[in-house]
Amino acid sequence: MKRRWCKDVLFRWVCGAVSMFATALLLVLLVHLCRQGWEYLDSSFLTQFASRRPAQAGIKAGLWGTLWLLALTATMAFPLGVATALYLEEYAPQGRLTRLLEVNIANLAGVPSIIYGLLGLAIFVRLLGLERSLWSGSMTLTLLILPVIIVSAQGAIRSVPRSLREASYALGAQPWHVNLLVVFPAALPGILTGVILALSRAIGETAPLVIVGAVGYMRFVPTSPSDDFTALPLQIYDWASRPQVEFHQVAASGILVLLSILLMFNLTAVWIRHRLQRYPS
Amino acid sequence: MNVTPSCALEVKGLSVSYASHRAVEEVSVCFRRHRVAAIIGPSGCGKSTLLRSLNRMHDFDPTVKVSGQVVFENQDLYGREIHPPTVRKRIGMVFQKPNPFPKSIYKNISWGPWINHMRGDMDQRVESCLRKAALWDEVKHRLHQSALSLSGGQQQRLCIARALAMNPDVILMDEPCSALDPRSTACIEDLIADLREKYTILVVTHNMQQAKRISDDVLFMYEGRLVEFGPTTQIFSQPRVAQTQAYIQGKFG
Repeated sequence: MKRRWCKDVLFRWVCGAVSMFATALLLVLLVHLCRQGWEYLDSSFLTQFASRRPAQAGIKAGLWGTLWLLALTATMAFPLGVATALYLEEYAPQGRLTRLLEVNIANLAGVPSIIYGLLGLAIFVRLLGLERSLWSGSMTLTLLILPVIIVSAQGAIRSVPRSLREASYALGAQPWHVNLLVVFPAALPGILTGVILALSRAIGETAPLVIVGAVGYMRFVPTSPSDDFTALPLQIYDWASRPQVEFHQVAASGILVLLSILLMFNLTAVWIRHRLQRYPS
Repeated sequence: MNVTPSCALEVKGLSVSYASHRAVEEVSVCFRRHRVAAIIGPSGCGKSTLLRSLNRMHDFDPTVKVSGQVVFENQDLYGREIHPPTVRKRIGMVFQKPNPFPKSIYKNISWGPWINHMRGDMDQRVESCLRKAALWDEVKHRLHQSALSLSGGQQQRLCIARALAMNPDVILMDEPCSALDPRSTACIEDLIADLREKYTILVVTHNMQQAKRISDDVLFMYEGRLVEFGPTTQIFSQPRVAQTQAYIQGKFG
């Protein structure tokens, strides 16, 4: 009896210690970043372009590039992902082919992002002749996050209760009424949560963007999707790889900006999920 | 005045089977117009399966096979030229658990007429349906609040109002009171009595006392087969089949 009790306490302490360790690491990293990045983090950091002088270096080009990428990626990935999920859940015949397709999509979510970069380079940059533009970058990111969006949207659609579908069919609704006017709105909070989490993965992606030709040093803001671009993680990478110590501090400021955008995204996702719980369907 | 009403729904040799077993076998029955018919029987005897085959709610499950005929206005509902959504417009359904849409009270009622492009003043339609479902006085000041803020009994009456909004001829009710408390149950039972004047109503119920209170005819099913069908008074006072008698006396089920 006593020994079992001991094991219980021990196990609890091990679990506690491990979770403390993870949190502590993150905290140390954050404190370190803040101390390094604080010096250059002011309003002009957001409004100035990259520069050879650390004091004047800013993240404007990267920030705008990332915002452009997010907007384009979201506009492409949302309808594609939701339509695929709706098809797989509501229309596709429940056969071996569908299951094969679903397994493949789930696997695609785990493919290293650099592979998507190579795919983007071959198809968008070369084959479609989109060059090193925001189009190429955002289409590559769309491919990258599509599997994640599809899988999470499928989950959201599956969790819409059958009783709602039956209620609508019993009123003489056609399948498209039910899917578009009942199932989709009821699944929307769950779908949006998935989209936002997928986008926050896209924000941090560097490798595929390097491959499709995003630039590291840029002194203008892209004005159309066919312009050259850079993005926050690329800009940070560019600074961090320079020899001067000051630029490492600038890189830390960039990371803080990136982290705050990520935090905002995740808070939005939490908020949407919270609303979902308030109106169970 | 006491003319025997003709059949609103005539079921001829209807069988329904799931992948593994037959749930309804060779049921033939005539449900009279503007009458309340109660379908009773022990759990798993095929009551709900029979009910759901009358407005083609089995269409969404490819493992369900239906054979036989359901004749409604001289047409077989399983005929080749029949468009299932049209069937469901004329034969409405209320489910076991209240299932309002997660929308406002008003939109719950107006949704069916809206997707089916029904003409007429929508405000008026919403009001008259809510009145028929004895819900108007409770919700008239909050038509645009979420239907999910209503109590279970109110939600079920909203679902009845929603079915009425399609102006159906027949309303199928699948144990409409099983999730409700006694007061709400009484409310729904009164409502069924009122609705009989304009609609043909089929109610599946577990509760024999309820069947006795609300119905004109009773259909007793056992293991997928129709055992006895007849006027409620006769079924409860002098059933012809011994099995029916045993069931109403509570000897099994």
